[in-house]
Amino acid sequence: MPMALIELHNLQKTYRVYQKKEGLRASVKGLFKRTYKDVHAVKGIDLQVDQGEFVAFLGPNGAGKTTTLKLLSGVIHPTAGTASVMGHTPWQRENDYRRRFALVMGQKNQLWWDLPAQESFRLHQQIYGIETQQFNNTLDELTDLLGLRELLSQPVRELSLGERMKMELTAALLHRPEVLFLDEPTIGLDVIAQHNIQQFLKYYQQKRGITILLTSHYMKDVAALCKRVVIIADGRIQYDGSLSGIIDETTNRKLVTLQFADPITLQLLKSLERFGTIVQDEAPRVTLEVTRDDVPAMLTAILDAHDIDDLIVEEPPLEQVIADVFTRVTKSSLDARAENGDC
Amino acid sequence: MATVASNQRGTGSRLKTWWTILKISLEERFVYRGDFALGTLMRFLPIITQVFLWYAIFAASGKEKIEAYTANGVVAYYMLTMISRAFSSMPGLCSGIALQVRDGEIKKYLIQPIDLLGFLLLTRIAHKLCYYVIALIPFTFVFFLCRGFFENGWPEASVLCAYFLSLIMGFLLGFFMEASLGLVSFWFLEVTSLAFVYNLLNFFLSGHMFPLDLLPDWAAQFINLLPFQYLAYYPAAIFQGTIEPNQVWQGMALEACWLMAFIMIARIMLNRGIHRYSGFGG
Repeated sequence: MPMALIELHNLQKTYRVYQKKEGLRASVKGLFKRTYKDVHAVKGIDLQVDQGEFVAFLGPNGAGKTTTLKLLSGVIHPTAGTASVMGHTPWQRENDYRRRFALVMGQKNQLWWDLPAQESFRLHQQIYGIETQQFNNTLDELTDLLGLRELLSQPVRELSLGERMKMELTAALLHRPEVLFLDEPTIGLDVIAQHNIQQFLKYYQQKRGITILLTSHYMKDVAALCKRVVIIADGRIQYDGSLSGIIDETTNRKLVTLQFADPITLQLLKSLERFGTIVQDEAPRVTLEVTRDDVPAMLTAILDAHDIDDLIVEEPPLEQVIADVFTRVTKSSLDARAENGDC
Repeated sequence: MATVASNQRGTGSRLKTWWTILKISLEERFVYRGDFALGTLMRFLPIITQVFLWYAIFAASGKEKIEAYTANGVVAYYMLTMISRAFSSMPGLCSGIALQVRDGEIKKYLIQPIDLLGFLLLTRIAHKLCYYVIALIPFTFVFFLCRGFFENGWPEASVLCAYFLSLIMGFLLGFFMEASLGLVSFWFLEVTSLAFVYNLLNFFLSGHMFPLDLLPDWAAQFINLLPFQYLAYYPAAIFQGTIEPNQVWQGMALEACWLMAFIMIARIMLNRGIHRYSGFGG
């Protein structure tokens, strides 16, 4: 079996964070004796990504997603564990490696603020040693795909957030990286800009066959782009598989929406509650959350007793399922900490 | 000097990289041309108070000469230190590095095949070149008006060469000293007070405040061993001929040693700092 393009084994990162207690007295004390706390941002991640995969990292804030991307791009050293990306150890920061990947952070600006993006691109050409012919071709292709041609000679500070993000992506792709790390590339963008960037990433990834790791809080990004989803919470991988698989694996509930022909009475609502929880009640529609196995029995019973105009059975929304996973993990880790007495 | 984009590429393409960085930084600096022009004119203001102060000192002492300086000589000295400082001062370098470390922009230099110090040096050269272009007219004008203060006229060609060399080295020394200071921010996030102490020392020990050869021998001997004098006093003293021509090269040799030392210090601090940053920070 060929080796995976990205391989992580038991990757760990612990930050030492200065602890300051409240108040002036504590501040003065802190001058002489500092107390530190270890924050385990990544607690042991094993992951393999093959060439051409588009993988999403999902997780609540502080789950360790960004730390993992920083480890992979060599910005920080791990506390333990190994990583190999295209045969390189990222934190050795060899120039050969740095020429083969790119990192785009939605909240950081890499372009020269006061100059047109074109100038930053030219600088990238020199830094990465891109031949002029290839540079022009790549730049043409990217500006056409992203609709940037008109904006190339405008100072970056005058661009909208969405336009700037597209410029950042262009800059990152000029040297044709084989691996791309995207940290919340659509953060703060409006729906149209988000959609444009999604479309672009999808097309470009398929065309060039590059490998992309993406973190995002927008489920739409993930649903549009990634077949594979890795849920990280509390510094560990909680789920690794297909997007649709999350629902099968992590929830056994369905949403049933009923539209009644008769007026809805209090008594009717009461009678529905023995099947599951009512999550929405907007007459004449009622939506219930029901255990998957109970759905057939419930439908038989209700159809026997009432006139139903319409009926929908669906999976719970993805956002909610994932939020449930996050909450469960966070809660169990809090419990574990409380048991160990280190909360 | 390590390479900016160290790789297996030839010298030609490396020079091209440097040239591109220089060109782009120049373009960026010219965005602020108005701010620059105003800043240049303002530089002449503090010198006026110093001139009045020295005239008062000469009047009170009743002497024609204080040590090697006539009243005119002192004015010429201050004007020359302004030129030295136009090369050696590095506004925003230390605080800029500190800011980049604190807000994480330093990551850019860690993920791209680029060397932080080389890049900063090139942008600083561009910064200075741009400054000279804009400052040339007001400087020429003021120096022309004040030509009477330069009683000895132009020094001879060899002294002039030494003078220019000392200005270039002053620029490099100033850059690496202040870059080292900025790199301290890898250990202490806030370097403002450190920079304040540095600037204060610089002000006194570089001869920016008064000519260093007015100090008693024991103090002058000590200060002559420090790197600060090369940032203001030394080039001015070469120009005015207060340093014996045969002793000029001795001082230059010491300056070269300091320069090498600070290049190494900055290099080591950058390597250690990045290692520390990547170990603890992020």
